[in-house]
Amino acid sequence: MAGLELLSDQGYRIDGRRAGELRKIQARMGVFAQADGSAYIEQGNTKALAVVYGPHEIRGSRSRALPDRALVNCQYSSATFSTGERKRRPHGDRKSCEMGLQLRQTFEAAILTQLHPRSQIDIYVQVLQADGGTYAACVNAATLAVMDAGIPMRDFVCACSAGFVDGTALADLSHVEEAAGGPQLALALLPASGQIALLEMDARLHEDHLEQVLEAAAQAARDVHTLLDRVVRQHVREASILLGD
Amino acid sequence: MKETPLSNCERRFLLRAIEEKKRLDGRQTYDYRSIKISFGTDYGCCIVELGKTRVLGQVSCELVSPKLNRATEGILFFNLELSQMAAPAFEPGRQSDLLVKLNRLLERCLRNSKCIDTESLCVVAGEKVWQIRVDLHLLNHDGNIIDAASIAAVVALCHFRRPDVSVQGDEVTLYTPEERDPVPLSIHHMPICVSFAFFQQGTYLLVDPNEREERVMDGLLVIAMNKHREICTIQSSGGIMLLKDQVSTLT
Repeated sequence: MAGLELLSDQGYRIDGRRAGELRKIQARMGVFAQADGSAYIEQGNTKALAVVYGPHEIRGSRSRALPDRALVNCQYSSATFSTGERKRRPHGDRKSCEMGLQLRQTFEAAILTQLHPRSQIDIYVQVLQADGGTYAACVNAATLAVMDAGIPMRDFVCACSAGFVDGTALADLSHVEEAAGGPQLALALLPASGQIALLEMDARLHEDHLEQVLEAAAQAARDVHTLLDRVVRQHVREASILLGD
Repeated sequence: MKETPLSNCERRFLLRAIEEKKRLDGRQTYDYRSIKISFGTDYGCCIVELGKTRVLGQVSCELVSPKLNRATEGILFFNLELSQMAAPAFEPGRQSDLLVKLNRLLERCLRNSKCIDTESLCVVAGEKVWQIRVDLHLLNHDGNIIDAASIAAVVALCHFRRPDVSVQGDEVTLYTPEERDPVPLSIHHMPICVSFAFFQQGTYLLVDPNEREERVMDGLLVIAMNKHREICTIQSSGGIMLLKDQVSTLT
């Protein structure tokens, strides 16, 4: 894509952000009354919805029950209208499956599964509009939903994507920046301890620059954490006002 | 057949040995098993043996019409199959999670890093392009499938020769190997995956885990690099890793 400048000389990106700046994040918890926990997040134009059911008894074969831990089941679904072109996605296709597996890996590490042996926790994520950073939005939405459901976790799981253009690391990539084909890193972090739940990177990046990109992604994830923390506290405050405390 | 579970004493034995920096086959922490590559009679056929893990790779090509949104690029298709002879636990219906993970990792490593020049696979823009298909079969599972599979894919692609074509106006002539020598693919770089297994919440790590070590590991980190010291893919799975310092030391 010749002529598309991802980072101008003054340091501005296509949508006017600076290199390390995140997109505007808005989130709401408790969007569905039916589910145990639910959350909706908007990261710029990327909109994701997460719903949590559990912990409940294992559905299907009892043999899958783990004697000492809960089973975490994640499913990812992308709406047909989520991308620029309407694309019908079959339910079990590889990409959705992979996303589901990655989400499961992330949350198995974060949720205290030892507290609910022989039970199952379901996390369903739906992407309504994909404008880059879908994995990050899904993880953030799912974190809020799990918190809304009251399932104990080690810490928030905050995720953000990062890229690398012209010697500078960019945080929170939009679709245009992702499609340009540069390296992309997706990082899911537990902010308090700095532990990485999932790290994934695509496309060529010289190893000298890895440190910089990782740092940018980690900083962005920590910024996301501040925002999510505020959302949770606001939600709890509203809930306690309704209860008349 | 369901996988036989690992007994507690074997698990404890392996973990204790790793704590004392000993591995079952006598390797050091950062030692790789010996790699043996042999070629078949056809172009693009190779067998890679990483210790006892064996992967067969075969590349084939075909002229097809290109994808609508990428009219000038060829198509690259990877398929890894875990054949039933590799391990008793691999059955046609049962393998989906592992299979999806391995396939996606291979796809991302080899396709997204643009190791093959797809534009050179175009014959007539918008009408005919080469579709290169890499089929990998796991013949024996002794741990670390992803490394062996990535080596097999890269070696097979390097070894492969596609038939020569010439375009005159609207006519496309496909030459048989007797008429004109087959042409090798243009490869930019060769990404090779390296797997690191983590134990005891990230305190201990090993390179190239074999099958027993894979069963007791907490998490796996796969890093694909090429010889220009560029990282092509990083993928962590399972468990938590402490801090970025560890990742940096591994590269």
